[in-house]
Amino acid sequence: MNRQTTGGARVANHPLTQLVLSRMREFWRQPAAVFWVYGFPLLMMVALGTAFRNRPVDKIAVTVVAGSQAEAIQKVLQQDERFVGPGGDVEILSPEICRQRLRTGKTLLIVSTDSQSGSNFTFTYDPERPGSVMARDVINNLLQTAAGRRDPATVEDITVREPGGRYIDFLVPGLLGMGLMGGGMWGVGFAIVNLRIRKLLKRYLATPMKRSHFLGSMMISRLLFTVTEVLILVLAARWLFGVVNHGSFVAAAVLVILGACQFGGIGLLVASRAETTETVSGLMNLVMLPMWIGSGVFYSIERFPASLQTVLNLLPLTPLIHSLRSVMQDGVSLLALLPEIGLISLWTVVTFALAMRWFRWQ
Amino acid sequence: METIAIRCRELVKTYAGRPPVEAVRGIDMAVAAGECFGVLGPNGAGKTTTIEILEGLLVATSGEVEILGMQWRQSPDAIREAIGISLQETRFSDKLSVLETLTLFRSFYRRGIAVADAVQRVGLEDKLHAWVKDLSGGQRQRLAVAAAIVGDPRLLFLDEPTTGLDPQSRRQLWEIIRQYGAQGRSVLLTTHYMEEAEQLCDRVAIIDQGEIIALGSPRELITRLGGEHVVEFTLAPQTAGADRTENAWAQFAHVTSSVYEDGCHRLTVTEPHLVIPQILGHLEQRGGQLASLTTRHARLEDVFVQLTGRHLEESPPNT
Repeated sequence: MNRQTTGGARVANHPLTQLVLSRMREFWRQPAAVFWVYGFPLLMMVALGTAFRNRPVDKIAVTVVAGSQAEAIQKVLQQDERFVGPGGDVEILSPEICRQRLRTGKTLLIVSTDSQSGSNFTFTYDPERPGSVMARDVINNLLQTAAGRRDPATVEDITVREPGGRYIDFLVPGLLGMGLMGGGMWGVGFAIVNLRIRKLLKRYLATPMKRSHFLGSMMISRLLFTVTEVLILVLAARWLFGVVNHGSFVAAAVLVILGACQFGGIGLLVASRAETTETVSGLMNLVMLPMWIGSGVFYSIERFPASLQTVLNLLPLTPLIHSLRSVMQDGVSLLALLPEIGLISLWTVVTFALAMRWFRWQ
Repeated sequence: METIAIRCRELVKTYAGRPPVEAVRGIDMAVAAGECFGVLGPNGAGKTTTIEILEGLLVATSGEVEILGMQWRQSPDAIREAIGISLQETRFSDKLSVLETLTLFRSFYRRGIAVADAVQRVGLEDKLHAWVKDLSGGQRQRLAVAAAIVGDPRLLFLDEPTTGLDPQSRRQLWEIIRQYGAQGRSVLLTTHYMEEAEQLCDRVAIIDQGEIIALGSPRELITRLGGEHVVEFTLAPQTAGADRTENAWAQFAHVTSSVYEDGCHRLTVTEPHLVIPQILGHLEQRGGQLASLTTRHARLEDVFVQLTGRHLEESPPNT
């Protein structure tokens, strides 16, 4: 045997290598785990990216109430192909049916005439529904123009379509963060509890295996899985939706690694004492659910009241997604994200320290 | 090399609770190097607690433990390098192969035997690339033994190595353990099968409710019972009530003890060929009739029954 193979064999037979290899093999041989870690975020991206894609012309559902000028209004609206009814064309219907459609969300706006107060047109709509408000203004303009209004100022439209501002561009950094969270929970937390239940942790402890090798192997395999996970999502987003990173690649990579470490620590903490899969599943959901809803994965947390935002901003996933978005969408530098990075690091250090303190091997 | 593999003195383990559970209540024993030592006792007797203290997995409430001349507090790593362990129930990762599992365990030890060698010793060559989930119970137990010997230990701990296995798998494992012991290595095993202890062990300690109630070679313990043979008989139903359960047999010559249990009289005797005619004569006088009569060599089970009034495979009275 020559020297090189001896060196290679030493690396291959190192406990750290063997522990990492075992983790990877177990993962790849578990189709359900592969789906939840790799397939699920991808599926989510395709589904949401398709459902909320930017369409050239948004259809606006409108209904006209039967009345003296109903046909005239219908004619004006039919000139613009944006206006539709549930069946295709804008329809004229009785007031009761119109009301029912508005209530069930099948129409955004009802236009009627013959008002008792003497006005020419009446718009009935829900002012809290964004589409309704827009429909009211657009239709108001059309009807005013048709009635003979002349605009005093001339207007020119220049339309720009650039990737970066679409929903999918907003969504991909959110899904990346969500994937890092799920990976840390399942890949570290669940995996450790599973080993504890099988008494394998105890069996390992009965050997000369170093505890640091075991925990190190957990973190190394997590980082290796993360690389694949992130690459799959980012490349798919690029090929399918043309999502590009507007910021520095290094900055994005640093954030991904910090995120993986942070959720590795949280996964470890969740697993430090749990002795059954039920306990750890419950704990994992308890930790993840608030962040799925409140950390801005699918929509901006600015939709929540300001007081609640203060709390949500402290959750581990919020600063991660915020900084990923800042880098990928706006090209912000890491320096400008120091508060977020500080918060992520704090979560990492605190959860690791607590996990080390509470960790139970058997 | 040291002559004592395991020594423990006044080992006590009390689990906090209301009331506190005294799992181990003062155990003293010494296992010589090269010896196969069995800890025999019913479920809940404190066998696993004792072995796990010796293995360094539990900390004793009080008492001293010395493994291969070393102490857990001072040299845990050196002890772990020198011992091999099979826990009562370890479920190895389902989706790793035999080879992968053993390669992983081998990597934990500085010195050891080749994985192929370990596989061959437990006879799993055909299953080298099979996943753990596709192994039978006996094969998994052999894998556990292979993982225990892959570090080439001087002392092997086996906690209930054959529990739940079919007789054939059990015999295969006995053979593996016997061969291991034949190399001059020490083995400590726990079991609640008396046959296993008789087959494998040079000496056994019988444990009941956290204490050693008998210690010696299987033969010694049986001899100490007072007779090496057991005569068991039952009486026909038409025999008068008093006669059927009469417990006067112990007064007969050559009978050292007598137990009546579940309709069966069990006599420990030194000379069965002299005792049986006495029984028959006695019954003839009284008009009693035999339903069955068997005679066999005394076993460790009989020792346990005599000492505790219970059978090995029963639970202790107050649990």
